[in-house]
Amino acid sequence: MGDAPAAVLPEERMDVLYHYYDGGGITVEGPSVLVRKQLGESFSVQGKYHVDTISGASIDVITTASPYREERTELAGTLDYLRGDTLLSLGVVASDENDYKGRSFNIGVSQEVFAAMTTLSMGYVRGSDEIGRSGDPEFSEELDRHSWRLGVTQVVTRNMLAELAFETITDKGFLNNPYRQVRYLDPESSRGYGFQAEVYPRRRTSSAVALRARYHLPYRAAVHAEYRYFSDDWGIDAHSTRVGYTHATLPRVILDLQYRYYTQGAADFWSDLYPFRSAQNFLARDKELSRYDSHSVRMGVSYELFTARWAMFERGAVNFTYDWITADYRDFRDLRVNAESPGDEPTYSLSANVFQLFFSFWF
Amino acid sequence: MARLIRCLIVLGMLASVSACSGVQPWVQPYERDRLADPIMSFERDPVSAAYLQKLYDIREGARGASGGSGGGCGCN
Repeated sequence: MGDAPAAVLPEERMDVLYHYYDGGGITVEGPSVLVRKQLGESFSVQGKYHVDTISGASIDVITTASPYREERTELAGTLDYLRGDTLLSLGVVASDENDYKGRSFNIGVSQEVFAAMTTLSMGYVRGSDEIGRSGDPEFSEELDRHSWRLGVTQVVTRNMLAELAFETITDKGFLNNPYRQVRYLDPESSRGYGFQAEVYPRRRTSSAVALRARYHLPYRAAVHAEYRYFSDDWGIDAHSTRVGYTHATLPRVILDLQYRYYTQGAADFWSDLYPFRSAQNFLARDKELSRYDSHSVRMGVSYELFTARWAMFERGAVNFTYDWITADYRDFRDLRVNAESPGDEPTYSLSANVFQLFFSFWF
Repeated sequence: MARLIRCLIVLGMLASVSACSGVQPWVQPYERDRLADPIMSFERDPVSAAYLQKLYDIREGARGASGGSGGGCGCN
């Protein structure tokens, strides 16, 4: 280990990852590959390829018979330019599904000041999405996204780093999920309720601020903590906290433990059961916009495969992580269970297992 | 939202004041060996971190300020 670096280009590395998610009735799996390489002393390029292959049937599919996306492919490229203590980044991202096409570009700049004890960063992302609906070639909607990001990273002590981040995002256009539906009381229906399509506002602005810190212990280990507050103009407030421990005293092995808690309120117009059809101008029953709590526990192990140069690589590591995620929805009800009257169904909860296996090589 | 903006303005003012007040760096470059340890990185494994963050973004109403400078994915 040397001194903390001054402004530097991203480290040259290659990661090959396989991910697997199983929860809420669906599985998502696929590869993800990242390559970062320097071009001379001042430039660095990065390429990323990511695939999500989705199968199964979530509770939304089961209860409202809506189809779901089957495969998503993401390609991303970034160019970094280092000049003195300033790092400039330009990037593009293309994401494709059978019924959704996302395109975005991003620009970022970071500057070290105060004898490199403080790093200021800012960034902007502009996205343009095209939304379709399977089985409905006439359906076509658009979504524009703008995101502004500010960040300050501070050396606090010789053992502690802290980061303050702020981001505001504005979306304009079609924000619904084109398949999801809301339910309303319908006395003419045998089950007592009916379904109609969601109606969201066509604009959403949100802000989030996060404070995170890492502290190096007297031995080769670190603890970290994070808090994020989120608020948007749909009425959602959310808090997330994360604490973790990284242990690196064993030869070649790094162990990670982490706990995360997340809680959010519901959007103002959200309801699990509206009193009648088209009861409001905006209608939502997405569980993602409902009131709920989530707990996550992560365990990770990294094993250094080689430390002396091998072929074109300086070092390499194999990594395995396991995340256990639970979510307890306070108001979103499980319609798979029959109840005596609508609204008496039990609330829904899910538990998910997430596995990642990846190899990392540094050039 | 207004509280957030006020908070940021105050933090910005504090940063400006500290930058102009003649405060000297209190951690010298040769004292930063522990800070340079990879276990102190906010994003030690970028692919894994981006994947997990995306997983949260899809399931949760909240988004943004999730860390990781540089490329950014712009994909919520």
